[in-house]
Amino acid sequence: MSEHSTAVERPLFSPFNVIASLIILFGLWLTYLRFTGGLAAVSNLDHNNPWGIWIGFDLLCGVALAAGGYTTAAAVEIFGMKKYHAAVRPAILTGFLGYSMVAFALLYDVGQPWRLPYPFIISPGVTSVMFEVGACVMLYLTVLFLEFSPVALEWIGARKLRRVIVRLTILLTIFGVLLSTLHQSSLGAMFLLVPSKLHPLWYSPYLPVFFFVSSIAAGLSMVIFEGTLAHRNFHDKMDKEHLEASRRVVLGFGRGASLVLAGYFAIKVFGIAIGNNWHYLATNYGLWFMVEMLGFVALPCFLFAIGVRERNATVIKWAAFGTILGIILNRLNVVLICFNWQLPAEARYFPNWKEIGISVFVVTVGIVLYRFIVTRMPVFYEHPDFKEKH
Amino acid sequence: MTESIHTLQEFMFQTKGMCYLLALCFFVGIITFWRFLNRNDLDQDMD
Repeated sequence: MSEHSTAVERPLFSPFNVIASLIILFGLWLTYLRFTGGLAAVSNLDHNNPWGIWIGFDLLCGVALAAGGYTTAAAVEIFGMKKYHAAVRPAILTGFLGYSMVAFALLYDVGQPWRLPYPFIISPGVTSVMFEVGACVMLYLTVLFLEFSPVALEWIGARKLRRVIVRLTILLTIFGVLLSTLHQSSLGAMFLLVPSKLHPLWYSPYLPVFFFVSSIAAGLSMVIFEGTLAHRNFHDKMDKEHLEASRRVVLGFGRGASLVLAGYFAIKVFGIAIGNNWHYLATNYGLWFMVEMLGFVALPCFLFAIGVRERNATVIKWAAFGTILGIILNRLNVVLICFNWQLPAEARYFPNWKEIGISVFVVTVGIVLYRFIVTRMPVFYEHPDFKEKH
Repeated sequence: MTESIHTLQEFMFQTKGMCYLLALCFFVGIITFWRFLNRNDLDQDMD
């Protein structure tokens, strides 16, 4: 690492900055349309299809892919796998930004976003699964903020406050794992309400288990994927420990992801058996289901195993990419593609291009914030004033 | 597979039976997969 230079030495008009600026300007225009013209001005959402791509992609995929925070923190802080310590801060940052973007995207999706806190202060719907999801996401976002805060506090040099928060690390990690277990599964539990709308190959009484187990695979894969991109783009910001730990993290997390995906594949087959839904496999939806299961679960699982066995990091990275695509496909299948599957095509939801534009805007904001933070704060390196203190 | 099912009892018998068979396959499969995944490590331990 270049001796912890926090100064930004990158050109202002780089291709990334230009493209990101254009997307953000475009997103701000769409934001203006959304908040002046309402949901109908930018989306195809209606009373029959109240959930669209903002819930399917921004929320469900965002939450699943942000699971790297709790999986990495649990592995290092609870299970004592200190050899993966270098992966904790990047994973926590990805998780924190992921959940922040989920909350940000919800402001667009909820008709009256200023009422988002209502369930907690005015009308608590404690018997609703959505209340549990909302409460857990809100609390977990706070936990992630606290878990990440030592990085920002090191950056600004607030030693005393940092010391207090670092002492809470184990407590925060346990709380984070608990909350993640709850809301990752509850996101699947929301679809238990619609057995007649969701295709039987995707509907199962075990949907909460499917969502939770797949989120672990998504989290592990996301750490590998994000680490790969970080290595390519922020290599100069990494210290020796991070550079050396990179391969160890890829191999270790690849092994874990392989086992989790094998278990996930097995419980999905159990899901078909319990509902006796084998005959649906011979339909068009069945073929689509097999594309998801064989192409984006079994194949990455096998690639992870090959990569770990042969110590081939490239294969593991491709497997991680395949797993991420698989998780996105699964969530979109549950929320959009295989939802209301019995309705004629003209009655079904298809996202407006402005909805997709807002999703791209949200993701871009997340990437810009990530870039801003890692080029300034000690995420990929130990701050020279705080070495060996965490 | 569904033609022979007329009652809840038959449904439970069929699906539970299938689940027991799958569980057996899973236990055999996961051990095989574990050995496949860790073969290089196991070989090193043997050496």
